[in-house]
Amino acid sequence: MQYSFYDWDGIGPATPAGLDNWKAIFTQPELLQSVVNAFVLVVFYTVLPVGLGLVAASFIRELKPGAFSTTARVVLFVPQVLPLVAAGIAWTWMYSSDGLVNQVLRAVGLDQYTRAWLGDFTFALPAVGVIGVWVMLGFCTVLLLAGIGKIDPALYEAARLDGAGPVSEFFAVTLPGLRRELVVCTTFTIIAALASFDVVQIATQGGPGYQTMVPGVQIYRMTFLQQHVGQASALAVFLAVVVLLVIWPIQRLGRQK
Amino acid sequence: MTTSGLAHRVTRTGILLALMLFAVVPLLSMFTTALAAPGSTPQGLSWPSDPHWHNFVDAWSAANFVALFRSSTLIVLGVVPATVAMATAAGYALAQLNVPFGKAIYGLLLVGLTLPFEALITPLYYDLRSMGLLGTRLAIVLPLIGLLMPFGVFWMRAHFLGAEPALTEAAKVDGANTWQTFRRIHLPLATSAWSALSVLFFLASWNQYLLPLVLVDDPTKRTVAGGLGAFQGQYGTDIVLLCAGSLLIILPSLVIFLIFQRNFVKALMQGAVK
Repeated sequence: MQYSFYDWDGIGPATPAGLDNWKAIFTQPELLQSVVNAFVLVVFYTVLPVGLGLVAASFIRELKPGAFSTTARVVLFVPQVLPLVAAGIAWTWMYSSDGLVNQVLRAVGLDQYTRAWLGDFTFALPAVGVIGVWVMLGFCTVLLLAGIGKIDPALYEAARLDGAGPVSEFFAVTLPGLRRELVVCTTFTIIAALASFDVVQIATQGGPGYQTMVPGVQIYRMTFLQQHVGQASALAVFLAVVVLLVIWPIQRLGRQK
Repeated sequence: MTTSGLAHRVTRTGILLALMLFAVVPLLSMFTTALAAPGSTPQGLSWPSDPHWHNFVDAWSAANFVALFRSSTLIVLGVVPATVAMATAAGYALAQLNVPFGKAIYGLLLVGLTLPFEALITPLYYDLRSMGLLGTRLAIVLPLIGLLMPFGVFWMRAHFLGAEPALTEAAKVDGANTWQTFRRIHLPLATSAWSALSVLFFLASWNQYLLPLVLVDDPTKRTVAGGLGAFQGQYGTDIVLLCAGSLLIILPSLVIFLIFQRNFVKALMQGAVK
């Protein structure tokens, strides 16, 4: 915190910089962009995994307990166990010119859409986002599945007696019963999105341009490569505050009832 | 079986299979690539006509696998027992004993829980430098203990909040002091909670990337993830060797997860939401 008010290269004497470091966050486009990108990643790290996780969990619940439901649970969870660095490496290969994504596109005759995805100005950020979906999906599914297991089976029977199909059953019983699990999933994944570092650093280093720059990578670069320690600290404090401000209302939501 | 019921079952199975495919395909793609001829650039997913199993042997020495594995094990041994022990004690104190300023301490913990590691890395670097610890494994172990504590205390507190107060009363009647009550009664009952926490902390330390990257220059003194990052930097252009090495390096986590998956998932389910 104290560093954020100084102009310091980490070696020489630090000179007071007043609020300059703070002003820069809002005036330097690439700093602001990194924060905006982090929020775009929330869509991929949080919204999609929680949504798909709900679908997967409610489908697995309908299965009879057995080999298929166990396999589904285990397989979906595997990405969560690996280091994020491994996720970055695996997907960098998937997205490369010779990678699987382009291979599939060529196989179905969509050659004109092939590209080096992570180097593409339009698609780099969504491509990084998909890695987030890959990592987070298993965690959300397993946690929501656990939550579904705690819902009173009598509620499902009652819904079925009322003639509810799988879809209305989902909205009437499953979704309301998962309130606390949803809060945990959302909190965890939003923090992961806003504070993302490993995947971006490995896959794109923030590029091309600043298209995939996130605060985590920016802080690392400013501190350890460009020696703007004061500026990095200001961004770090800012990031911490943003995370708190986003998480707080969600936690409150979870505590009601 | 009605037709709509059948249609639902088909869609359900289809979507689940698609999601499972999504989860494993990147790893499969890595695997087939790792078997291609060294130095070649294979297509994303294609079984090589003559698989080069030898690539894994080459990657073993290129990645300095033995040193990496040893280093990560040392780091995990430094972090996990200490953190779990302290978190258990602190969680018990916050939940069951009337600690002065308990509420304030808990509030601070919640703030610590949301703090991104990146926000702390800069001051950490300079603190460790002034202590002369940069480049040593202690530079990873000590900060990790601190950074994981909030979550650990939060987790154990949640567990001990659910502990039966009658048990404490009964122990008191039998003449046990606070320490004995904790040690003999609550600790054994909390086994599932703290063992789950151990697994989570194992993964968090084993997979930690940012701290080793910044605080330790020598890749062989880092965690597995930190070493993997360095390996990528070194062999990023040799896609075959990179895939083989990455698979080798992530294999231990994968094997441990598959062995413990039943306990692991159960633990996650019990602990996360209280």
